[in-house]
Parts: sequence; structure tokens; C-alpha cells
Amino acid sequence: MAERYDLQEIEVWDGNYAAAHALRQAQVDVVAAYPITPSTPIVENYGQFVADGYVDGEFVMVESEHAAMSGCVGAAAAGGRVATATSSQGFALMAEVLYQASGMRLPIVLTVVNRALASPLNVRGDHSDMYLGRDSGWIQLDAFNAQEAYDMTLCAFKIGEDMRVRLPVMIHQDGFITSHTAQNTNPLQDEDAYAFIGEYETYQEMLDFSKPVTYGAQTEEDWHFEHKAKQHKALMDSRDVINEVFDAFEKKTGRKYKRVESYMMEDAEVAIVALGATVETCRLAAQQLRADEGLKVGVVAPRCFRPFPFDNIREALKDVKTVCCMDRSSPGGAMGALFNEVSAALYSTKNRPLVTNYIYGLGGRDFAVEEAKRIMREQKAHADAGYITTQIQQFSGLRGPKLGFFETNRR
Amino acid sequence: MAITSIKNLKEFSTANERFEGAHLLCPGCAHSMIVRELMNCSDDNLVIATNTGCLEVSTAVYPYTAWDTSWIHIGFENAATAAAGAEAMYKARKRKGTLKNPDAPVKFVAFGGDGSTYDIGFQWLSGAVERGHDFTYICLDNEVYANTGGQRSSSTPIGSSTTTSPAGRVSYGEKKMKKDMVSIMAANGAHYVAQLAPNKWKIMAKGFQKALAIEGPCFINTVSACTTEWKFDPKDTVHIMDLATDSLVFPLYEIVDGYELNILYRPKNVIPVKDYLGAQGRFKHLFKPENKHVLDEWQKRVDASWERLQRREEARV
Repeated sequence: MAERYDLQEIEVWDGNYAAAHALRQAQVDVVAAYPITPSTPIVENYGQFVADGYVDGEFVMVESEHAAMSGCVGAAAAGGRVATATSSQGFALMAEVLYQASGMRLPIVLTVVNRALASPLNVRGDHSDMYLGRDSGWIQLDAFNAQEAYDMTLCAFKIGEDMRVRLPVMIHQDGFITSHTAQNTNPLQDEDAYAFIGEYETYQEMLDFSKPVTYGAQTEEDWHFEHKAKQHKALMDSRDVINEVFDAFEKKTGRKYKRVESYMMEDAEVAIVALGATVETCRLAAQQLRADEGLKVGVVAPRCFRPFPFDNIREALKDVKTVCCMDRSSPGGAMGALFNEVSAALYSTKNRPLVTNYIYGLGGRDFAVEEAKRIMREQKAHADAGYITTQIQQFSGLRGPKLGFFETNRR
Repeated sequence: MAITSIKNLKEFSTANERFEGAHLLCPGCAHSMIVRELMNCSDDNLVIATNTGCLEVSTAVYPYTAWDTSWIHIGFENAATAAAGAEAMYKARKRKGTLKNPDAPVKFVAFGGDGSTYDIGFQWLSGAVERGHDFTYICLDNEVYANTGGQRSSSTPIGSSTTTSPAGRVSYGEKKMKKDMVSIMAANGAHYVAQLAPNKWKIMAKGFQKALAIEGPCFINTVSACTTEWKFDPKDTVHIMDLATDSLVFPLYEIVDGYELNILYRPKNVIPVKDYLGAQGRFKHLFKPENKHVLDEWQKRVDASWERLQRREEARV
């Protein structure tokens, strides 16, 4: 039996340590991992938990992230709880196997500490890796701080392993800003955390030889489409289970989560949509602008990036005049992903708010409250004019000449 | 029931059928002989991982499967890691008492072609062997990317004409000798490595049983004649492999714990390498006068390799 780890009611944990404790409390059967900045401390801390007898499962330090996810797939197919952690280039190296994991419907948990993708090489946080995973068939949960990194990791096991879901789940937290910033965190005691997640339930496992299973079969044009459609449906249907798990978590901890988090949106005219730690920056900015300048600003944040909360986003934003979508990933010749997806959701609303796009914070470029306020004021100007007064896609915090693309046709 | 000592082919052919005959491998493909032999030579429960390749695409096309045991395929390169992950899960669950049948012995086996073993899956195999997982990796070595239509791999031998190392007006085909995976795996820390051939099926079964019995990583390179890419008549598969083992192009040997080398087969009459090469279309062009030097080079290298094996067997180093 694994040793019980005594925890204080309030611990001072950074996001990495919080995630490592959540993995420990889940009593994962196999962690196959490879270290990479900034998620390395998750793997290191977990390794220490193993060394100190707090973990009963196997800890396999493999030779690459591709092998980490490959080992996770083999382990999960053998019928037990499986998790790993990664960032950036490691995530990119895993990409092939991410699709294979979800295609085989294996409920693996992956804690992703978001970091930029090279080139140029950069170890700081942005959302390039998170966006790279968006079509991989995984559920993607987003944590904005260390507490949420802990909470979402516990929820991830319960969501992915639910018999109605059986899909892999990623939890995202921002590199360094969340992963390396120590904050007050309220953990559950070990037995409570484990009771919340529950025992792992096996399904079509390779170690039950009374019912041999074939994993990773081939399907061509005759069956592939049906498999992928079913997988997509499972992702879409997971929305209800995610809601249920968040409700159960609230009952257990008092901490309430939703697939879309709305802040000061009741009477908002202007809304900012963001992901990661930026959500907290924007909330602070909104608070101050409301108090100091009377601007009716609110913040909307997808807690659940996949399945994309099309319905809840539409509901949250349907009454505002302008929406600014903040994308922390190089858009590679398009509008930002958040802009595209939020715009698509709003296209079928009656009022169709004006939607703009900011690319910001690439490679860890700081994004501060003052800049959030400036952007909010700018959105207010769009609202007052009734059209987008700037280019639709702009860059925030970029040095050199101002960069932007596309004028509105709705003037 | 599997047979623990294999005395005759008839008995062997009716034993423990866990690999169904209704697969899609080419008539005359040696892969199925090797796979059947592995699955017949043990009574233990088997978890099989397979890299992408001929074996995989021919045995698990939805909604069918040829595998009457637990089987997994992830990608081209990672069967070793899939087996390693499953083995880690087995250990964890055994310790925690969550296995449905905790007392039944389980063996973990990974299959890969030479493309996925020598080339694209090299790192995954090396990592899994280095970490000491209890599994046996079996390479089905047909010296070419057969599944994709015959491109060279780092197992393709000198003079072989493939679609990416074709013989032509100014080229005799592949320019390099094949990589020595058996030695590499022995040096990598595999507890047991061997080179085996299905035409010598008693030796092969014994080698498989040895590898399965050993706790720790084992690597076996098996000769798998490819009727399609080696270009010979499908009825001649066993004959071609006889030529391969009797010419010593594929010497059969094992290395235990990285140093104890044992030669497993000494042909009574060693035949010239050109007899083996001449039986296959892929080497046809080597018999033109301008390519005689390649034939000479071949014989020289096979002689040297046999000499080296014999010396290592004596020296025990």
C-alpha cells in the first residue's frame, strides 16, 4: 500500500507541484514520462513520491515523449489508470500517438504545461502546444492557476474514465506563470481525493485473457469514417459528464467550475475571451475598469477547450456588443483559433456582436493588466462606433511597427 | 495446448492455434510461419504488440482479427514501447491485486519488420531493452519495406535492387551491407539475442522458448523470405531460406547475456553465396560481368562474418 501523505489545509504549491500531487492521489498504475521544461518538476516530484513510497504504481522513465505516450497507450490498453506530463516540443513529438490514444478510446490523463513551439527555440509559456492538440480527439481542460491545475487533474480522471466517455483528457496550465508560481492551494486529503475519482474500472483490457482484444486495427474507407464519427460523438456527449463531474467536485470542495467561465458578464457590453493565466489578468482589468471608469466589461473563458463549448460560448456572449478574442499562439497565416471558433459560435446569434482578434504573449511575452485595460477600452470604442474601428486582427505587446490585418466590411 | 518439446511438424502444425490462418499475408510469406511458431511454442497467455507493417495490415483489418490473444498496434515505431507499457501495467496490477487472473503466466512479445526495427523504431526498441522490461522483441527481417512496395531499409544488403535503391545502367543497387542488429541488441543489454530462421523450425522454437522463459528483454532477428520483393516463386520460400542458412548469409546463433555466443546451426555442406543470390530476382543483375566484384565482395563478407562468429564462440567474449 502506498503511504498516506499528510497535507495541510492550505499548501503553498506551484502548478507543477499541484499537478504532481493530484497524480499521486489518483494512485496511477503506470506513469510513463520524459522530462521537458517547464513540466519537468511534475515528473521529478512524482519520481520523489515513488522513491518515498507514496506511489504503488510503476514509474517508467522512457527515452522520448513519443515513447512516453506510446507506453501510456500500451499500459492503458492493459487495463489501468495511466498518466503523464509534457510541454511544447515534447507535446509535438507525442502528436502522432495522441491521435492513436484517442482513437483507441483510452482514458489517459496528460498534464500539459503550455510552452511555445520552436523555431526559434523558446521555453516560455504560450498556447502553441495546446492549439496543436485541438483536433487530436482529446478532452482539453484549462487551468488558470495552481489550484485549478490540481482540481482539473482530479476531475480529468473522473471524466475520462467514465464509462460514457472513455476518452483521454489533457489539463493545460501556463508555463512558468502557473507552473512555477507558488500560490495558496487547498488540496483534498488523500482518501478524499481518491474517493472522488473512484476505482479504475477496466474495459476491454488486454490482461483479461478470457476475452482477447485487438487494439489498433486497420479501417479503410469502409469503416474509418464511422469510427471517427463515433469518436467525435463521444467527445460531444462528454459535455454532460463534464458538467456532472464539476457538480460533484463542487459538492466535495465548494469550488465551482463550468465549461465556460463567465466573469462580470451580467450587464457586459464588452467581453474579452481568453485562456490560461491571462483570464485572471483580464478579470482584474475588468474589475478595475468597472470601478474606475464605469466600463461594462466582462471576461469569458472556455474552461473546456475541447469539446469546444459552442453552445455555452454563444449563450455567454449573445448580448454583448463587442468581443475580443485573445490568442496566445502564432496563427500561421489565419485568424487566431479562439477568434475563429468564437466567431463561428456567434454567427448564429441574432445580434452578432463585433468580434476582434489579438495575438499576444508569444514565447512568454508579458501581458499585464494595463494592456488588458487598453484593449478593453478599444473594444468599447468599437461598440460606440457600431463597427470595428481598427484592423480585425492586431498584435499586443509586439515591438517594432504596428502589425494588423483586415478591415471590417460592416461599417 | 502448446507442445513443450517439438518432435515433428505434424504435431506442431496442430498445436495451440492462436494465430488464425485466414489472414491477408501473401501466399509464400514466411511471416506467418514465424508468428505461428512463436504462438505454438508456449502455453502462456500472450500480449502481442506489432509495429505497422505487413504483419499488422494483414492480420487486423476491421471487423476481423487473426489474433486469438491480446494484441495491440499503435504506430510504425513503437511496438516495443507498447509491450513495455503493457508489461509495466501487468507489474503494477499484480502488485495491487487488480488482475482478473493473477496466477496465469503472461508473456509480452513485440513484432516488427526490419524497417520498423532497424530504422524507424530503433530508438523505441533500444529504450525498452535498456530499461529491462520483461519482453521478447521479434524482428521479421525481409530486408526491405515490403508493405509499402519494396523500398530499401538499413537491413537491405549490398547489391539488392529495391524501388529506392534500384539497379540501373550505372548502379548495382544497394551500396551498403546491412546493419548488424543482433550485435547491437546484445550490446544494448538484451539478456538473450538470437538470429533464427523458420526453415530450421526446431532451432527456432527452442530459441523462442528460451527467450520467453528469460526474465528481461530479449531480441530475436528472424529471417523472413519475401516472395514479392525478393522475387521468387511462392512455393520456394523454405528452399530460399535453406539457401540463406546453408550459404551462411544468415548464420543461426545466439548470444546470452551479451557475451556467450553459441552457433546454433553448422551446415554440413556450406554452399556458395552466389547460389543463394542467384535464386532471387532482386540480385539478378549481379550476375552481369560488370558486377562480378559485388558477388566477390558478398562471399568475402560472409566468410569473414562466419569466421568472426566462430572466434567469438570460442573466446566467450
